[in-house]
Amino acid sequence: MSTPLLSVRDLHVSFKTEDGVVRAVDRLSFDLERGRTLGIVGESGSGKSVTNLTVLGLHNPMFTTVEGEILLDGQELTTAPEPELEKLRGNKVAMIFQDPLTALSPYYTVGRQIAEPYMKHNGASKKEAWERTVEMLGKVGIPNPGQRAKDYPHQFSGGMRQRAMIAMALICDPDLLIADEPTTALDVTVQAQILDLLKDLQQEFGSGIIFITHDLGVIADMADDIMVMYAGSAVERGTTEQVLRSPQHPYTWGLLNSMPRLDSDTGARLSPIPGTPPSLLNPPSGCRFHPRCAFQGRVAGAGRCTTERPPLATDRASACHLTADQKRTIFIEEIKPRLG
Amino acid sequence: MLRFLVRRIIGAVVILFLLSIVTFVLFFGVPRDPALLMCGKTCNPDSIANIHHVLGLDKPLTEQYWIFLHNLVMGSNQFAQGPCPAPCFGYSYHTNDPVWSTLMDRLPTTVSLTLGAAVCFLIVGLGTGLLAAWRRGTLVDKTATGGAMVISALQIYFLGPLALAILVYQTHWFDKPAYNDFTGDPLSWFTGLIIPWVVLSTIFAAQYTRMARSAMIEQLQEEHVRTARAKGMSRRYVFFRYAWRGSLIPIVTIFGIDLGSLLGGAIITEYTFGLPGLGQLAVQSVFFSDLPLLLGVMLFAATMILVFNIVVDATYAFIDPRVRLS
Repeated sequence: MSTPLLSVRDLHVSFKTEDGVVRAVDRLSFDLERGRTLGIVGESGSGKSVTNLTVLGLHNPMFTTVEGEILLDGQELTTAPEPELEKLRGNKVAMIFQDPLTALSPYYTVGRQIAEPYMKHNGASKKEAWERTVEMLGKVGIPNPGQRAKDYPHQFSGGMRQRAMIAMALICDPDLLIADEPTTALDVTVQAQILDLLKDLQQEFGSGIIFITHDLGVIADMADDIMVMYAGSAVERGTTEQVLRSPQHPYTWGLLNSMPRLDSDTGARLSPIPGTPPSLLNPPSGCRFHPRCAFQGRVAGAGRCTTERPPLATDRASACHLTADQKRTIFIEEIKPRLG
Repeated sequence: MLRFLVRRIIGAVVILFLLSIVTFVLFFGVPRDPALLMCGKTCNPDSIANIHHVLGLDKPLTEQYWIFLHNLVMGSNQFAQGPCPAPCFGYSYHTNDPVWSTLMDRLPTTVSLTLGAAVCFLIVGLGTGLLAAWRRGTLVDKTATGGAMVISALQIYFLGPLALAILVYQTHWFDKPAYNDFTGDPLSWFTGLIIPWVVLSTIFAAQYTRMARSAMIEQLQEEHVRTARAKGMSRRYVFFRYAWRGSLIPIVTIFGIDLGSLLGGAIITEYTFGLPGLGQLAVQSVFFSDLPLLLGVMLFAATMILVFNIVVDATYAFIDPRVRLS
């Protein structure tokens, strides 16, 4: 196997706040191969976005401590000096944000904002960059791109703004594209268009994509692999097929259970995961999910869940003390019937 | 944009009109008769009645106001002191000089004081604020923020006499503040105004430091600033191109208000340093119950504030395309 495009090893990210140290990401490891899409799923505050801002070095160094390794094509990023990171950002690694209205500056034209990274990273002249911008806007499906490039973001619709964001992210043909909930702020119909666009462009540009979302429906559509995050750590990983067809972790079961389905009985209630996500200031001991877990009683060895942190292996794995057999039987007998 | 400006100007005229009525009514509400001040030692009811008649104070209030408005727009030849072309505020009760030319005499002092101080406090205040925001959390930031906090708490009537006592009377390092005409002698114009500029701009600079710092820090947390960073733009570029642009809106707003009110007369500063500007004139006109002068100063100050308000609104359109295009 060649070196992965992105390899995150034992990443710890913590913030100093007035109330204490928040461990936003804890012991996180994952790989992303070129041209593949990794979906990262989890609730708000599970560390999805922080992980990816750290990849770009966009955390505030004054309040943030980063430990571990982030290797992009073998290059260590956590210790890379700022000018090195600037060369990578927008060039080899690009990012799409959740809300394209706030993520684009209201003061400059869409075209100028898209052209900026192209001029910076490719040393292109204004004219070349503008031509490339118009070409990219055309590629992401903006009609009449030459004219629309001169518009300001507020003159674009939500879907068009996100298309413009995508054009901006892809203008330097990045190896890695990080999409942080790119469709959450959009209408459902526009969502589908944007997802299709991303898939088409991935074919064309061959970028690896990290797709962050809390929407399992979207992830099923987009991702090759899935990593489920909870309270700053990965709790389950595998291919999309594996994680969605035969999930192994009680938290993943909970996520699937709490998803509304069009084909279920009308009037059937959703079953949310009991409790609330833990405070990362003072996370639970042992398995971080144990206070909300209905299955901890079945784990051999009383109290293991509260004291011992279950490890997460590479490839197909879940961080839970239940045995593989238990996970399989519980899923087939108790969870699956409820999913319909 | 043009329609917007026309609407704002009409609005401003209405405000001025209302303000003149309020001033007029308030003046007559004050239990003090300007005629008493004018008639001197030989005062008797007859002479007071005579003065009332000459000043037109024996006419009904509405008629007096109408005459005032009429003179303001059309000018007047009815004054004993001589003709009074529009805008005619009449003649001062106290000095018998035409009000308009008194205002225009005093204006250069106030303009020199205000604009000189504005240049200083914009450069120093915004510069320090930007530096503090750039170096947020460091010793530089803490020193600037702390210093600005302390200085903001000072007042001109404290800092002014202090500066005079130390820098002028004790050490003789600077000239005694005075206003000299710029065209006559630029150097003494400059040296005479240094101390007032320094004192006035010190306090404003502290406020602008705090304002620029907090506006920048707020802008730097905007998502579009993060996007720009994620594109690989340098911290400096993002700071000056993206964050600064957004910070201009609150800064321009406050600056417009400050400049307008200062141009209407920096009352305390002018009084402290004995500068014969509009602020000093305003105080005098109150002391002498000098209605024509008071109205003149009031309306002039209000006009300044309103004009700069409109200028600020027009400036928004240059800064923010959302304003321009909506």
